[in-house]
Parts: sequence; C-alpha cells; structure tokens
Amino acid sequence: MENITNRPETTTSEMASSRRSFLRVAGAAAVTGGLLTACSHADDNYLIPSGSARAAGDTVKLPTGDVGILAFAYVLEQLEAAFYEMLLAKPYPNMSSSDRQLWTDIRGHEIIHREFFKAALGGAVPTLTFNFSSIDFNDRAAVLIAAEAFEKTGVGAYNGAGKYIKDAGYLTLAGKIVSVETRHHSILRELQYPKSDAFAGPTIVTSDTGLHLAYEPTYVLPIAQKYILETIDASALVSSLA
Amino acid sequence: MNLQNLLSDIEKVDGEIFDRLAHVSRRGLFSSLTKKTIAAAAPAIMASALTKAYGQSSSLPQNVKDVLNYALTLEYLEYRFYDTANNLSMIPNDYKMAFEVIRRHEQVHVRLLKNVLGADAIPEPKFDFSAKGTFTDTFSNFQTFAAIAQTFEDTGVRAYKGQAANLMNAPAILQVALQIHATEAAHAANVRYIRNQKGWITGGTAAMQGLPSVVNGSYAGEDNVTQGGVNLVSALAGDNRITADMITQAFDEPLDKNTVVGIVTPFFA
Repeated sequence: MENITNRPETTTSEMASSRRSFLRVAGAAAVTGGLLTACSHADDNYLIPSGSARAAGDTVKLPTGDVGILAFAYVLEQLEAAFYEMLLAKPYPNMSSSDRQLWTDIRGHEIIHREFFKAALGGAVPTLTFNFSSIDFNDRAAVLIAAEAFEKTGVGAYNGAGKYIKDAGYLTLAGKIVSVETRHHSILRELQYPKSDAFAGPTIVTSDTGLHLAYEPTYVLPIAQKYILETIDASALVSSLA
Repeated sequence: MNLQNLLSDIEKVDGEIFDRLAHVSRRGLFSSLTKKTIAAAAPAIMASALTKAYGQSSSLPQNVKDVLNYALTLEYLEYRFYDTANNLSMIPNDYKMAFEVIRRHEQVHVRLLKNVLGADAIPEPKFDFSAKGTFTDTFSNFQTFAAIAQTFEDTGVRAYKGQAANLMNAPAILQVALQIHATEAAHAANVRYIRNQKGWITGGTAAMQGLPSVVNGSYAGEDNVTQGGVNLVSALAGDNRITADMITQAFDEPLDKNTVVGIVTPFFA
C-alpha cells in the first residue's frame, strides 16, 4: 500500500494566512452556512490546543479528492477525540470504574485515529478548536447522548464517503476505522438501552435490508461545524467528489 | 451510470418509503400481512435500484458478482446459525431481543444479496455447526453459541472489509457493502459485550477475546500497529493515555477471501 505519509502536502496550511482575508470576505459565508459567532462563550468548555490553534472565525479549507476525504475524516476524529478528552477532564459525579474504563478506551482510540490522520496528512488541516458548552458533562445521560451522536455521525460519515475514495489503500484504511467507530456506537447504545436490540435497532439499521447508517459529507459537516470554532470550508472537496 | 440518481433512489427506497410505510403500518392502516409483504419486498426493490445501473444482474461486473456471492455464502452461514438457535431456551431472556435482531439482519442480507445477484446467486449450502465435531453443544450451551456468534461476527467484519477495494467499480454496491459491514460490527460489539468482552478486538489471538485457540485464525493479524506506513506505537510514544492494546483496538484488520474460506470451511457439511 502506498505510504500516505509521503503524499505531497497540500497547500492549505501554507496558503491559509495569505488567503484568510479573502475567504472571510468572499468564501466563508457561501460554504456551510456555519459561520460561528462563538466569541462570547465565557465558560471553560473550550479545548484550546497548544501550538497551532486558530482563532474562531478562521476558515479551514479542505483539500479536494482523496486527500480532502482524509482531511474530512481528520476533522471528525479531532472532534471526537476532543470530546472524550473533555469528558475525562470533567468526569461526571460517581463515574463507575467500568464507565471510566470504557471512556478511557474510546478516548484512546479516537486520539489514535486523530494522530494517525495528522501524521498522514502532514499539515493539510490544522489543529481545530472546539466548543462543547452545549453538553452537560456532569450528567451521565447527557454525555451518553452526545457520545452516541458523535459516533453515529462518524459511522455514517465513513460509510457515505467510502464510494468517493479513489485509492484502494485509503478505502481499506477508512474501513479499518469505521468498524471500530461502529463498535463504539453499538456499546454506547447498549449502555443507553440495556439488554434490548437498540444497538442495531430500526433507527440505526434498516429493518428491511439490514443496512447501517450512511451520510453524505454535506450532511455531516454542518453537524460537526456546530462544535468547531473555525469555519470548515468543504466546497472544493464536495465539488471534487464524483 | 448516474450515481447521484441511483443513490437518491436508494435513499428514497430505504430512508423514506419504508420509514413512511412502517409509520403508516404502525398506525394500523396496513394489516400485518401487508406489512410482512412490504418487508419481504424491500430487498427486491433495493436490489432493483442497485442493479438497474447495470441493466440486468447478468451485466454486473464479474468481480462484483464474485464478491457478492462470497458475501452471500457468509450471510447464509450466519443466518442459518441464528435461525437454528431462534427461540431455543438456551438463550437467556435478557439476550433474546439481541439475537433476534441479528438473525433478522442476516436474513435480509441474504435476501438483498440474492436479489442483486438474481440468477447468478449461489444456492444455500449445508452447514455443520459442530465444525466437524469441534463444538459439541453449539445449540444447547449458550456460552458455546455466543462464542461462535462472536467469532462469526468479528470474522464477517474482516471479510467485508477485505472486499471493499474489490467493489470500487460499483460505487452504489460498495456503499451497501460498507453499510452491511457496519451492521456486522454493531452485532460483533454487542455479542462481545454479552460475553463480558470489550466491544473492540484487542491483540491478535483468540485467547485475548476469551475464545478457544481453535478460532485463532479469525483474529490473526489484529495485533497490527502500523497503519498506512505510520507506526502508531512510535507516533504516540510519550502519550501516557495510550496503550499498545488500544492501538490494536483502534483499527480492525481486513481478511482476504482465501483466509476467510479457510476459517469457515469446517462449518460446511
């Protein structure tokens, strides 16, 4: 398989600063409609990564084609990893040892996915900044709902993007990750609805054909955007998909 | 082929019409017989949406037919396994719903694949769920049954994953295969949970999944820590939140067809 660490770097990072002012004027509003007015959050539900963090309102333009799909996946993995990092930084009261083990495992997997894409993409997408102030981290049920929603989005995103991938090695890599996201999702559903068929019930898997979720990138991005301070511009990526 | 139209057809069939019909039937406007008829017809309608891009099923590319017949073989195996166990008292009440929904999914996977393949679909083979005498209480001991179920599901995930790249010339079918792949993963995690195992695969041996070494082949290679040329142990060295076990868990590994056939051959009569 092709060594994806050796892919030529896309130019997003290098070009971003010179392009930023233009995008603010001409591009950002046209993209996902997700321009954030996030500067007013005063609580501590931010995850501000050290180093290359960008300010709210910056636009991150995803590359086109396969690299763009990997970048799209990297955005989602950053989101998931940041969520679980926050969850364990602010554990809900009386978190059981089995819950803690579960969250620690899932956090580990998402960090691994994130760092994998970071290494593979070599800077095509910067480290993003997240705001989870809409989630009550003190409430186990609320945390489960949020985690289940993130995993569900991830599963659907990978399943919907696979057909656009042109490189067989990348497709297999996406396959290696999506089944792990699905395992997370299945276990989270089981915790929400123990000893039932919720892990693969009709809202998740179609009863009549047995198919799990698949979401188009254009469906996924606005969901993720709600938690990301930067504006993700996927317009070039989306128009490159066929 | 017009992928967008095809996908939108599928979306309509799957996401809209049947949701709506299910909703209507829940309100009692459809008799249970009608509901059953609709459910039985769904795979055929879906299959028609998938195959119309190619005209007839006979014009499916040969590589696609081969993948689908291979998938059908595995789905026959799973469906017959769960169907044989259906309603047996060995399954604790707590888990009857889980195994019923799994059985149902394998059943509709069989139907869907048969419909896509049409006349090219292979017939159902005969099975031996003792695996030539290896398992003597498959349908009388829940622990044995659940252990085999876990092995089938984890293996099924690896088998579908190994075929994704072989479906790239049929994007709509690739998407469906990915969606079935995820359904198998959802099953696998739940069966593992029922067996008091983590939902994800740690390491590359059966023993690490609480299973006998006779099914080692189903887990060989799952201990891989290098992905896309990136050694993740090195890449994440120094992050004390990350263990080597987690690195093996975070990626499921594909299996090629020959390996999977070798694994399941003892279950064929």
